[in-house]
Order: sequence, then structure tokens, then C-alpha cells
Amino acid sequence: MSDSTISDLTNIGDSQPARRGLLQLGITLAGACYAGAIGYPVYRYLATPARRAEIAEGEITTVTVAANGLPGPGTATIFLFGSRPTLLIHHQDGHYVAFDAVCSHLGCTVAYQPENHRIFCPCHGGVYDVNTGAVVSGPPPRGLTVYHVEAKDDHVVISKV
Amino acid sequence: MSSFPKSEASVDSGPMHGVYKWADERLGLTDLAAFAAHKQVPQHKHSFWYYWGGISLLCFIVQLLTGVLLLVYYRPGKEAYESVRQITYDVDFGWLVRSAHSWSANIMVFAVFVHMFSVFFMKAYKKPREFGWWTGLGLLGIVMIFGFSGYLLPMDELSYFATKVGLQLPSTLPGMGAVVNNIVRGGPSVGENTVQRFFALHVVVLPLLFMPLLGLHLALVQKHGNALPPGEAARPASERRSVPFFPNFFAMDLAMWLIALNVITILATLFPWDLGQPANALASAPVGIHPEWYFMSQFQLLKGMGLVLPGMMGEIVGMGLFTVVLIFWALMPLFDSETVAGKRGRIATWTGYLVVTGMLGLTIWGYAAL
Repeated sequence: MSDSTISDLTNIGDSQPARRGLLQLGITLAGACYAGAIGYPVYRYLATPARRAEIAEGEITTVTVAANGLPGPGTATIFLFGSRPTLLIHHQDGHYVAFDAVCSHLGCTVAYQPENHRIFCPCHGGVYDVNTGAVVSGPPPRGLTVYHVEAKDDHVVISKV
Repeated sequence: MSSFPKSEASVDSGPMHGVYKWADERLGLTDLAAFAAHKQVPQHKHSFWYYWGGISLLCFIVQLLTGVLLLVYYRPGKEAYESVRQITYDVDFGWLVRSAHSWSANIMVFAVFVHMFSVFFMKAYKKPREFGWWTGLGLLGIVMIFGFSGYLLPMDELSYFATKVGLQLPSTLPGMGAVVNNIVRGGPSVGENTVQRFFALHVVVLPLLFMPLLGLHLALVQKHGNALPPGEAARPASERRSVPFFPNFFAMDLAMWLIALNVITILATLFPWDLGQPANALASAPVGIHPEWYFMSQFQLLKGMGLVLPGMMGEIVGMGLFTVVLIFWALMPLFDSETVAGKRGRIATWTGYLVVTGMLGLTIWGYAAL
């Protein structure tokens, strides 16, 4: 009995193309539902740390650098703004500037070179301006992100613009 | 083969045909499809039991995938409990991944047991399928060790004491104490070292042993095909029915996979796996502590023997009895080898009934005695 049913099944496609098309559509839709129902939790599961870090990063808008962490005139220091390295330069004339220290080219951390009066990325030779963070030469597609710096008596407050 | 030109005609002109032809010349896809279409699966009133090997396989695939996901956050050693706590309560959908891994593990053990007993009662271990039986028993053994080692990894109270007791049992056998102490437990008591080596066992050693054995097992099924149960084999060939492996049996197999997948998902969602208190070497064992259900019958056998025999004699006799039955069970294809059902065949069948009844009875007794 089941044998004849089975041979009928294999012939359905040829005799009833509309039903076959509907069946294929149904199978494809069901497959997509399963792929989504499995794929979405797996994606969220794997993405958790990145999402959490992003949210935490967004919540940090200011960083205070205490007196003992401040660079002397003509030098610079790198501190973390959330998880991002940030470059704080203390110029000879006493004023401070702060930039996101991640090179806009391929993500290396840049260095302040007072002797050459430039911000330099050793990975591919990108050069940035020490006052504005703008690209001077090399491969970087855009300048470094500038932060707002407020110098108080014994500490410096850096905030996102 | 006669239907192939027709189906090829539909893709004859498209660019996919070129790609298919290119791959076919190198991989022999048409031969494979023809082979799968040619392959027949017997169809009879016991055909339902043919699906349980496939269900076990699906569970194993679920274990592989969820296991890799758990590996992303799990940290063995000191932080084991904390990392499982994070997976369960902090990471998005972590509870679901862990719960699916635990439920699928339990369903896998269940499916493997059903598969083993259905093979046993269908006498599918007989010539020429002896190695199918032995590789299957090997896989079952590895599955049990998978279960035992995986159970410790969260390092909560229950897993800690279950492992403590589980490792104490073989230590009672002469000469085994040192082996358990030095090799398995990695010290006089269950601790960080135990978790670390159980982890290595669970995620590297066991999969490395399991997968080639599974490959051989599947290749043997492929080589010999599905066995006919004795009642079916006794019928004249003209009265037997069968269906092509592809697409008929394959479609049914797939349907079973979907059902199994849905069952795992529903259980994992509605009954998420619990995480107890962190293991504490100073705390007393919680009341009602017992092994996982698939170790319950063995556990109860030992406990029961302990009631009638003095001291550690109960454990030793219990383990001895268990070993004898296991050896007879494994050698069944050599014992029950007659092609026509005879006295040995009946002994085999009754042994099967005895083992099933014994396991069920001991398990029920074990839970009732908690």
C-alpha cells in the first residue's frame, strides 16, 4: 500500500507543477524560519561582549587625568578613554590638546614625536598635526578625533566634543 | 538512471549546469545521487526503530555546535563556575545555548540507548554486522564518558559531589585507587585540576575518539544496509517491501530530525538548565544527591549489593556482575550467531528483556529510594 503512495509522490512533480511550486515555497520559508530562529540567538550570543563594550563606551563622556598622571611640558601621555587609547599632549606654551590615539588608517596607536613636532604612526608612516590632529602626510584617510580639554588647577578634564 | 536526462534538461542551459558539470567531473556527484536513489531501505512494522540512530546523530551535531558556542565563554580551572554563571545569566541567549547543550546531551543518551536496544531486539548485530554492534557499543561508552565529564564542568555543588562519588567507586577496586588519584582526578580530591583535565577530555580527547569511530559506524551501516528483523527476514523476498533511501527515507529522516530539534528547543526554552551553588569543599553533600539518570541503574546496583554484602564487598561484587553482563552483551553477536532462530537466539532475546527490565527496575528503585 505504502509502496504505491510513494511512487505517486515521486510523480507529483510532473503532473502537478503548481502544487510542487507551493511545496517548494513552503519548504524554503520553513527553512528560512529555522535559519533565523537559530541564527539570531547565536549572533546575539557571540556579539554580547562587543555590544556591552559599545554601550559602556557610549556612557563614558569625560575622563579626568589627575596631577600625577599629567605629562610635563613638551611631552605627552596615553590614557584609556573607555577602551580606546587617547593621546594627551602638553605643549611647551602650557596648553593641552587631546586626540583619539587610534590611527584612522588601520588602527595602530599613534605616537607623539616632540623632536619632529608631529604625531606619527609607525605602522605605515601616517603623520598628523600636533595641534589639530589633521593629516599632514601618509595613508590615513582622515584626521584624528579631537577631544575637548579643560585644564583645572591640578587636573585636566577631557570630554567628547 | 533513465530519469536523469530529463532532470538535467531543466538546468541544461543555465550557468548552474556548467558549475554542476565542473564539480561532477571532479566529485562524481551523479554517481552519488544514483547510488542514493538506488539504495533501498526495508519498510515494515518495525521501521520506526531505524530512525533512532539518526536522532542520536542529530543530537551529536547539536552537541558539537552548542559545545563550540559554550567554548567561546567557558573558562576551565578556577573560574569554571563563574564563567558558567556568566553564560547562564549575563551573556545574551547564553542560558539557551547551555540549556540546549544539556538537554540535547540527555536526549542523545536516551536515543543511543533506544537505538542499541532496537538493534539488539531486531538482531541486527548478527553476521555480517558484528563490527556495527561493537563500534556502536564503543560510541555508547564514549557518550557516557562525555556525559560524566561534561557534568563536572560547571563546578556547582551537584556536579562536584556527583563526580566525587563517581570517581570514588572505581577506586574501591584493587589497584584502581592510584590510577584514579593520579590520572583521572589529578589529586586526592575533586578540584581545579580535575576540571581542567575533564575539560581537555570532554572537548578534545573524546571528540577525537568519537568522530572516527562514528565514521566507521556509519560506513558500516552504508556497506551492509539496514538489517531486517527476524520476522521480516523469514518472509519470502517477494512479500518484503522497501523504499528508496533518497528521497523517501531521507525525507522521513529529516522529518525526525526536525521533530527532535523542536523537542530539544522546547525543553531548553521551557525548562532551562539550573545552575546550583558553587562547589564548596567544606560543605556537606546536599541531601538526595544522586547521579544522572543514565548512571542511576549502575549506581543502584552497587547500592543494592551494598545492602546485602558487608563493607566494600557489595561494590566489588556489583561491579563484577556489571562487567560480566557487559562482556556477554558485547559478545552477543558471537554467541547468537545462528541464522535461523534457535535456542541461542531465544537466550539472547531473554537476556535483552532481563537487561531492559533490570535497568528500568533499578532506575525506578534508585529514584524511589532518594
